[in-house]
Amino acid sequence: MPEVLKAPLVVEFPFTRSLGPVQSAFLTGLRERVVLGVRTTDGRTLVPPVEYDPVTAEEIRDLVEVAPTGTVTTWAWNHEPRRGQPLDTPFAWVLVRLDGADTALLHALDAPGPDAVRTGMRVRVRWAPERSGAITDIACFEPYDGGPGEPTGHDGRFENPVTGIVAAARLDYVYSPGRAQTAYIENLSERRTVGERCPSCHKVYVPPRGACPTCGLATSEQVEVGPRGTVTTYCIVNIKAKNLDIEVPYVYAHIALDGAGLALHGRIGGIPYDEVRMGLRVEPVWAEGGRHPDHYRPTGEPDADYETYKEML
Amino acid sequence: MRPTRDIAVVAFGQTDHRRTSDEHSEVEMLLPVLHDVLDRTGLRTADIGFTCSGSSDYLAGRAFSFTMALDGVGAWPPISESHVEMDGAWALYEAWTKLLTGDADTALVYAYGKSSPGSVRDVLTRQLDPYYVAPLWPDSVALAALQAQALIDAGETDEPALAGVAARSRADARTNAHAQLRGPVPQGDYLVRPLRTGDCPPIGDGAAAVILAAGERARDLCERPAWIRGIDHRVEAHSLGVRDLTDSPSTRLAAERAGAFERPVDTAELHAPFTSQEVVLRKALRLGDSVCVNPSGGPLAANPVMAAGLIRIGEAAARVHRGESDRALAHATSGPCLQQNLVAVLEGDVR
Ligand SMILES: [Zn+2]
Repeated sequence: MPEVLKAPLVVEFPFTRSLGPVQSAFLTGLRERVVLGVRTTDGRTLVPPVEYDPVTAEEIRDLVEVAPTGTVTTWAWNHEPRRGQPLDTPFAWVLVRLDGADTALLHALDAPGPDAVRTGMRVRVRWAPERSGAITDIACFEPYDGGPGEPTGHDGRFENPVTGIVAAARLDYVYSPGRAQTAYIENLSERRTVGERCPSCHKVYVPPRGACPTCGLATSEQVEVGPRGTVTTYCIVNIKAKNLDIEVPYVYAHIALDGAGLALHGRIGGIPYDEVRMGLRVEPVWAEGGRHPDHYRPTGEPDADYETYKEML
Repeated sequence: MRPTRDIAVVAFGQTDHRRTSDEHSEVEMLLPVLHDVLDRTGLRTADIGFTCSGSSDYLAGRAFSFTMALDGVGAWPPISESHVEMDGAWALYEAWTKLLTGDADTALVYAYGKSSPGSVRDVLTRQLDPYYVAPLWPDSVALAALQAQALIDAGETDEPALAGVAARSRADARTNAHAQLRGPVPQGDYLVRPLRTGDCPPIGDGAAAVILAAGERARDLCERPAWIRGIDHRVEAHSLGVRDLTDSPSTRLAAERAGAFERPVDTAELHAPFTSQEVVLRKALRLGDSVCVNPSGGPLAANPVMAAGLIRIGEAAARVHRGESDRALAHATSGPCLQQNLVAVLEGDVR
């Protein structure tokens, strides 16, 4: 068996969220160096604030300012910061109960080492120099040995409140398609299309994924199919996809390669789009250096009889 | 509340859990386990009344990744099927309720996770509150370490005691051929202080499957079915700063509703990926020293994310099947610092 294929796979997205009135006030407050909590009906102050009481599920909207100073309630020393974390030098993760709050906020504490951190220590907010209305407007916490800091007396109403956030996310993977698909791709690089036959129903799957979905059995017997096949159904694409170097309209089709038990997808070229039809006989066209057929073109044979492909639409 | 129908776990299977399995796609990894549980019961895929699975797109890095694994269960002609984007223990809960309704007499539950293609510490940050927490990228070990420090400050454990949990788990795993870490494992350096590598679960790939059956059907399929006497799951506030990290009231409530406190259990399979979490769970579940905790080695010996909770139910059931337990408790967790907790109580027929 050839070595399994691997390739880097990056999943990256701007995670865009709208904010409700409480979250909007809190994050706008951070932009203005004001820390807001929300008061529950039983008189506790939650920081960070939420819109619904975690105990009673009542809607809560009563914003109250707390101090930018507080006390560490628990901590963990992070000697190897990871991508995206608040500091790139060793730091402590901390839960901090700000003065005036009854709950704790998670953030980073900039400290020289674990010996300088303990539960109960006093800390204060270090503001980020540039703030946009995000939790990262608090750059981190820093040790502080004074009493409660002074609230600004803010009422929680702001000019130009932040109404949404974009939390960029990126995860890196090394993707491996597994045994069956690796074998398929390796064969394609030699311009051969090789499927796998189910040991029970004898259907040949192309591309193979290692299992017959009808029988729930592993497949392993490799069977070369094609290269010619039959268009079983198709659609005409009229809108150009981004970065796609193909003139529209073009035809995208289901193609049952000779010997295969189901159809695969492919583009049809070499014929005007409005002359493509069910039953059209086609063959693959390989691009120079390509690892899979670029498109399929008519072979010139007579059309296949409907009865021969009706199970593979 | 007593269930209206008797439902049992009648078969359990799992893969060998390994650091990587890149030679196999998810469905290739899963198929042998599915056939293992089917063979144990003599059922064919077409005989199964309901199928439910647990997995996560974020582990796979692909949308709707569970649909690829469906090829393994014979999803044509159409079957009755569902999926939870959670640990398979919650898929088992859904299957149990389906069987309670009487719509099906048998259910196949499976779960799988490959952590090897990505960085599971980073992947799990994506389940956190997206407004206040996820933008800081606190990884799963860091959050568990905050909980561990809270326990140490409260005087409920210390680092040597945590090392003891790790050593006991890996020693017990010596008899578990599927486990990833077996026998003595160095406690190692701090990963995020106060947790050392030994306090943390191995990162690995694996899958598990369970078959449930109702009433007499269960007796036909299994010599000593593991009857689910109760099962319940509860969730706590997502904000870590609102919770008392040294306790797990959701676990206690789930256990109470599942009937766990009505009589003592002899075995407990706990989904505690970090040593410190076993301390929390033992307290919440009032487990005395006479209870055999994680005889399989638990998640410290093998922690395939999304399957590890289902494996706890499977391991507990398998002990009942083998006659090694008469009344076992199984626990599964999801989310940071034991946010969501499921408890099931399993019993064998009186011998
Ligand atoms: Zn088949």
